[in-house]
Amino acid sequence: MHEWALAEAVIKTAIEIAQREGITRVTEVTIKIGQLQQVERPIFRFALSQMKPAEFKNAKFRILTAKTMLKCRVCSNTWQFKQAKLDKEIAEVIHFVPEAAHTFIKCPKCGSPDFEIAQGRGVWLESIKGAKQP
Amino acid sequence: MTDPRISIIIDRLARIGKIVAVSSGKGGVGKSLVATTLALSLAKKKRKVGLFDLDFTSPSTHVILGAKGAQPTEEKGIIPPKVHGLEYMSLIYYVGDEAAPLRGADTSNALIELLAVTLWGELDYLVIDMPPGIGDAVLDLIRLVPRIEFLIITTSSRLAFETVKKQIQLLKDLKIPVVGIVENMKMTESKKVQQQTEALGMKFLTEIPYDPDVEGAIGNPEKLFNTHLGKKVQKIAQTV
Repeated sequence: MHEWALAEAVIKTAIEIAQREGITRVTEVTIKIGQLQQVERPIFRFALSQMKPAEFKNAKFRILTAKTMLKCRVCSNTWQFKQAKLDKEIAEVIHFVPEAAHTFIKCPKCGSPDFEIAQGRGVWLESIKGAKQP
Repeated sequence: MTDPRISIIIDRLARIGKIVAVSSGKGGVGKSLVATTLALSLAKKKRKVGLFDLDFTSPSTHVILGAKGAQPTEEKGIIPPKVHGLEYMSLIYYVGDEAAPLRGADTSNALIELLAVTLWGELDYLVIDMPPGIGDAVLDLIRLVPRIEFLIITTSSRLAFETVKKQIQLLKDLKIPVVGIVENMKMTESKKVQQQTEALGMKFLTEIPYDPDVEGAIGNPEKLFNTHLGKKVQKIAQTV
């Protein structure tokens, strides 16, 4: 359910960007979500629909998925994060704080926890489209 | 691409009266003990208090509190559990007794995540136990929490106080309020730290004698209140 907190952050940021860019009628909001955080799409989408303000009434929320790539700082191995390979409890911990991955995931090649989340960590607001006031 | 977590942080902290980061340029000076005891002392005065352990790689406030079995709940965000009357948040809920080997950028990300999704509600005080130094956590809090105030801990050792002086200078340059300086684990009668603190234009809050009883009080807030440290920090709580 902390998808609501993330959705609230997206809505607030989108409102700020729309105001800054003079967009009065938002038609599309594109959000990118990294696999690592395992955000529950239906809850997240429902939360967005419940919290959107009037100027977002007709906005379409496009939610894209970014696959998570992890890169070992010790041996340079790069690998893709797979949720299915994780224990359920560990997956849930990483869902709340993705950096907990450094506690529970090791480089499959050398066993180091010292890896970089090269892409696909969490929630990002990619773009906003809409009509500007003439 | 914009990180949506940043702008919501100010809302999450909006109903908190005072936000105090207990910090030091040096490790091992008693930050966690003072932060935890300060939070407990304020709660004892019937104030609504939160305690947030930001020392992600070496958390210890849960040990000082003797927090066992508590877990946050989820309701449109993360709600910290009550531990000894404090709304208590720590990475420990997620990583348990396992090591959290985080580099600076990861520390920042975890800090931003927890600030963005934790629902503190209405508090009189949020006490933050900081990691040592003037690295990512200090810079992030200055960037993200405009109302932050620092309470700085040192020991009598020059090794500690020299780093604290640099921290004071940084905070002065950035115009960040400093509640005051606490000299902890004092073993001599020297007034050097107090004099140098005052010469820097800072408030010297108190000195706490080295107290061998503190170790035995860890995990037991009532015992902690009865140590020299506990008594001194309760006095600080009256002035914060």
